[in-house]
Amino acid sequence: MASAEPLSPPRLAPPPRRGHGRRSPLRSWRPRDQIVFVLAWTAGIALCAVLLAVLAFFAVEGIEYLRPSLLVTHPSPSVNQAGSGGFLDAIEGTVLLGAIGLLIAVPVGVVTAVWVIEFGRPRWLGRIVESTVEIIAGTPDIVIAIFGLALFQLGFFSFLSFGEPGGAFGRSFLTAGAMMSFLAIPPIYTATRNGLLATPRQMREASYALGKTRIATIRRVVLPAVRRDIATGSTLGLARIIGDTAIVILLLGSTLRLQSEGIFGFLSGTGSTLTSYIYNNSPAGDGNAAQKAYAAAAVLLLLVVGLNWAVGRVGKIGGPPLHPPSRRLGA
Amino acid sequence: MSSERAMTGSDTPDTRAWKNESLSIDKLDFEAELMAIAPERTDIPVRRARSTATTVERLRVEEVSVFYDSKPAVKGVSLSIHKGEVLALIGPSGCGKTTLLRTLNRLTELTRNASHSGRILLDGDDTDELVDTELRARVSMVFQQPNPFPMSIFDNVAFALREQSRRRPRRRELEPLVNQALQRAGLYEEVRNDLDRSALRLSGGQQQRLCIARAIAQQPEILLMDEPCSALDPRSTAVIEDLILQLRNDLAVVIVTHNLQQARRIADRVAFMYLGDLIELGETEQIFSDPREDQTREYIAGVFG
Repeated sequence: MASAEPLSPPRLAPPPRRGHGRRSPLRSWRPRDQIVFVLAWTAGIALCAVLLAVLAFFAVEGIEYLRPSLLVTHPSPSVNQAGSGGFLDAIEGTVLLGAIGLLIAVPVGVVTAVWVIEFGRPRWLGRIVESTVEIIAGTPDIVIAIFGLALFQLGFFSFLSFGEPGGAFGRSFLTAGAMMSFLAIPPIYTATRNGLLATPRQMREASYALGKTRIATIRRVVLPAVRRDIATGSTLGLARIIGDTAIVILLLGSTLRLQSEGIFGFLSGTGSTLTSYIYNNSPAGDGNAAQKAYAAAAVLLLLVVGLNWAVGRVGKIGGPPLHPPSRRLGA
Repeated sequence: MSSERAMTGSDTPDTRAWKNESLSIDKLDFEAELMAIAPERTDIPVRRARSTATTVERLRVEEVSVFYDSKPAVKGVSLSIHKGEVLALIGPSGCGKTTLLRTLNRLTELTRNASHSGRILLDGDDTDELVDTELRARVSMVFQQPNPFPMSIFDNVAFALREQSRRRPRRRELEPLVNQALQRAGLYEEVRNDLDRSALRLSGGQQQRLCIARAIAQQPEILLMDEPCSALDPRSTAVIEDLILQLRNDLAVVIVTHNLQQARRIADRVAFMYLGDLIELGETEQIFSDPREDQTREYIAGVFG
């Protein structure tokens, strides 16, 4: 390094062969890079085009048949479409089922993630829990539904749905909601887990160094730090619940109307959701009222788009993120 | 501040001279001056040389060794920490400074494979006999990276004050204590109007001062600092160094630093560690101008480390 040469301006490095700015036209790239570039753009645009097509279809078909009266009138079994009513009960069912599912899935998912990350001993048990959640995430909803039906038809669970002694009908909002929670647990678990992993160790140590116990640290520092991840996971889980059909048809009965005999009769009674309403009224179902199916699909789609927008919003609540929000983690 | 400074009894003449000099300067001017001469600050008078002979011994470390699995990280270190002093731990990376510091409030227990031998006495009580949460409330810690909690500025400071499992005190009861801690950490004026803002929006230097406020809020006896300025710019460093010098009036400060100039500026005594051994412990001036051990001399001269 010790050179006695007079100072000379540093020699310029040769200009880079390829850049990413405006100065480097696509033409000057290597052929392989050009191909990948075009493929990447094509894939991205194609994906957007499909989504736009779905949205446009239901914007045209669905909104055309959507009347405010459909949203507020009860459905009734009539072949005459003018007399078959709206889908108020289906909207209520969707909301109710989502609420029950989340009420079960959020505590279970969050507590499981906290246990696995913060405690996770013995190790083998932690690994088992991890893979269990992964398997649940990959299980088809129809399998969950038929398992739930077999489970809740046992006499032991007869209080959850109406039935006679020794057996139960097994179909109600409570049983369907319990099984729906299995759909929501994986995204909630995954988002919480990733948030916990991204929470710096120093933050926990800071709490310990102030003389706090482990439980107090988890409750007052770690959980607030991941509340946004929990919210993100819950929104994704809710989207899975309201979009599911199999569990509704098998475990909720997909009856047109809700039971209305007190709150418990309501919860242990059958009902339908927007998804089962769409199925039943589609040309494949019994109702064969495609216009109403389109209208209900438009409402459902609006709900899902709204939820996705909400996922983006919850990521911005309460100051800058502690770490990049873990979005789109749902299985 | 002035009355507190005047009352501390054990000043040697030259400290007093420096203090009188600084007292004649308006506080704000003094800070402005500090800012202006940052980053090097070589012309700041060395302000210390407090004698530890007359002050109360707070923490006594007796033959402490710390092991990770069977590998020793700290080997038979003995030293004592007195009220009203700043003790700096210096030494090359991996010499066990931070491990020793974390052993003082038993944070090493969080590391699964760590164990220690020897005794650490806090005011005569063996720290291993104390409840760990109680010990850590009395021996608080500030870390290398500012690590505020993801909550408001107020809640960050109030966090330590809120007792677990008992009734949660109301905000009105906590407010004076929180404000006082923020004032002592020199942050109050900057954040007084937005105590409810997220602490994560503060600058790095402000975050570190918030962490100091949080650590001193429950009136600890000893403050451990693990390279508190290494992630900060020179200006914030100057503010925090000044803060440490004020804090030592009420508590003992143990600071790990890689910055020898910093140790020289703020420490009363300096302990030099090398490969887990405590090589030399002495008054700052003596360590820097006339070290007894060759290794200390070489380290300070920059031969290794």
